[in-house]
Amino acid sequence: MATTAEGFDAHHDQGHGHGHDAHDHADHKPGFFARWFMSTNHKDIGTMYLIFAIIAGIVGGAISGIMRVELAEPGIQYLQWWAQFMGGGNDLNTALHMWNVFITAHGLIMVFFMVMPAMIGGFGNWFVPLMIGAPDMAFPRMNNVSFWLTVAGFFSLLFSLFVPGGTGPGAGTGWTVYAPLSTSGSVGPAVDFAIFSLHLAGAGSILGATNFITTIFNMRAPGMTLHKMPLFVWSVLVTAFLLLLALPVLAAAITMLLTDRNFGTTFFNPAGGGDPVLYQHLFWFFGHPEVYIMILPGFGMISQIIATFSKKPVFGYLGMAYAMVAIGVVGFIVWAHHMYTVGLDVNTKMYFTAATMVIAVPTGVKIFSWIATMWGGSLSFKSPMVWSMGFIFLFTVGGVTGVVLANGGIDDNLHDTYYVVAHFHYVLSMGAVFSMFAGFYYWFPKMSGRMHSELLSHLHFWTFFIGVNVIFFPQHFLGMQGMPRRYPDYAEAFTFWHQVSTYGYYIMAGSMVFFFVNIAYALLAGKKAAANPWGEGATTLEWTLPSPPPYHQFETLPVITDAHDYHDHRPVTA
Amino acid sequence: MATLPPVADDAARRNLRVGLMAFAGALAMLGLGYASVPLYRLFCQVTGFGGTTMQATESDAARAATLATGQKISIRFDASVPADMPWTFHPSAPTDTITIGERDIATYVARNLGTTPVTGMATFNVTPEQAGKYFNKIQCFCFTEQTLQPGQEVIMPVLYYVDPAMLDDPNMQGVEQITLSYTFHRAKDPVNPTSSGTN
Repeated sequence: MATTAEGFDAHHDQGHGHGHDAHDHADHKPGFFARWFMSTNHKDIGTMYLIFAIIAGIVGGAISGIMRVELAEPGIQYLQWWAQFMGGGNDLNTALHMWNVFITAHGLIMVFFMVMPAMIGGFGNWFVPLMIGAPDMAFPRMNNVSFWLTVAGFFSLLFSLFVPGGTGPGAGTGWTVYAPLSTSGSVGPAVDFAIFSLHLAGAGSILGATNFITTIFNMRAPGMTLHKMPLFVWSVLVTAFLLLLALPVLAAAITMLLTDRNFGTTFFNPAGGGDPVLYQHLFWFFGHPEVYIMILPGFGMISQIIATFSKKPVFGYLGMAYAMVAIGVVGFIVWAHHMYTVGLDVNTKMYFTAATMVIAVPTGVKIFSWIATMWGGSLSFKSPMVWSMGFIFLFTVGGVTGVVLANGGIDDNLHDTYYVVAHFHYVLSMGAVFSMFAGFYYWFPKMSGRMHSELLSHLHFWTFFIGVNVIFFPQHFLGMQGMPRRYPDYAEAFTFWHQVSTYGYYIMAGSMVFFFVNIAYALLAGKKAAANPWGEGATTLEWTLPSPPPYHQFETLPVITDAHDYHDHRPVTA
Repeated sequence: MATLPPVADDAARRNLRVGLMAFAGALAMLGLGYASVPLYRLFCQVTGFGGTTMQATESDAARAATLATGQKISIRFDASVPADMPWTFHPSAPTDTITIGERDIATYVARNLGTTPVTGMATFNVTPEQAGKYFNKIQCFCFTEQTLQPGQEVIMPVLYYVDPAMLDDPNMQGVEQITLSYTFHRAKDPVNPTSSGTN
């Protein structure tokens, strides 16, 4: 089970020595500016991505707080104040525009500047090279470019909040940026800045995807075949392909928006022979793979964690790996289930309904394999494990409502209601976010060299679990009763569940205190973490390195023998 | 790595190759994104997707006429203009009952109420959408630019027929009326010459 390969002793030397002999250059770090602003080190870049994602998450989460407080009762309570605060007028239209700006910013920030940087940039950068036994990423300098492009994209989006966007400051188009609202419907530079922000973040992600693909294909340690790669690496590989194939289509679509807005083209303008529905097709051709981009690395992390804390190899390794491949492939041919109401004919709807439901099959393979991994395992309920189990439960709830929404006929009724909002928050704000917290608690000791508090992590888990469920479960009821999404005001009949939902937000926000206190506690007073704090279940290569790993690792490549077969996973006893 | 330059060079070359292949894949998808614009138009024209009507020649129409069984269908004519368009635009008659397979002519009337010449561009489709591939236009003002002087009125003809093949399509069962809808948009100034005149 252990991956301690023979070629590994070199590291232990590096880990223990502290700059006293000539061999020991593994921990030599450049000065502050060079280290953090010109970084080519995958671990430092990963750390920066994680810090960036946490900051973006605070901003995006605060915006959702503004929205939840506004929605606590019918009528417009706070939007006018916010409109004036952001430099807009005092009238109702500006206030309503402000609402659109908030939903847009919340969506874009959470998708492009929180989940993606954390999952792919953060955990991917940190652990893909470690898990495959590589010294770094294939293109370390390009890695740095990816990160700073993402940061620049974030600033471009923040900047858009302060320039005119039509009815008031900011881009109020929704994260989907549908034409014609985003073209003739939004005068002023705000939408241009928002689009530019997507260009920058998208370019960063495409470069990152190229980097991951090259790293995983070319830099695996000797003996680590594709079928011996840890599932997290598999998940990042599939995600990188999705990024590579989906993001350029978004780039094309939003570039067309940009030229429609500024240079007189009519790609999406019927007056010139264009078609606004084409934008929706292009957007969702990107948008649907994008939702898998956000969840697949989470799948990978959950697989590692469940196996670790069940002290068992993951059930059905190959099935798990190829289920992700299948989800990725099928994810490209289901996009129009986001557009059932644009006027598709019945056969088209039938196809997209069937194809969408097919995705439940590989997803079910994963869910049941995780459960089968736990079955008969020697479970220990450490913080990463409870978050992972929470993930499995909540993601399944979101998956079930997804199957409901996949039906073209039912979607006619539920389209753009809170039912949809509840669905995608169950899979993202609980699925993806729970997997990120699971991954964070799993690898925090490895990354920082300090143990976090299990008590605070568990408190964080339970309060967060209760909070998000109180926020989002009632939204199913609201949606089925007809509450449309993207409105700041509503009929009085919806008040009760909106109020409950807002209370849930307070619980969730309060639970984040445990998270931040836990990080502070660990960094200031946490126990030193051992190389492998999780015991015999943690079999991947990162646990063979000291915590934190040396600045440069694997200068002597580890050799993976048959004993490290991840799917057969025989313990190394001899 | 630095101690083994030949190996490192080889690794760097292999990395560059895979990296460039991946990047080429991304560029190809960018190209595909743009290629989707003409492909989408082509797809709609071929399949009648979204109620896109078909174009037909005189000889197609003559062939269809031989298949006519005498069954009738009602056609409703719809016309609209956006708010920024200073025109009135309406069909000469709101409905017409025609024989399936036989050609017919409908007329729309447009009048410029403004004080300046205005160029309009028409878009059109039919509902129900599955009727698109059976609604054939032989000649029309669709999608060509029309400039009207202040106060000028023009009558615009549409020569069309409904393909008798619709009678064999289960999706067209129960369809008793096809609505042909036109919208006159204000053409952008200056007019983009490449996007006009397909049908």
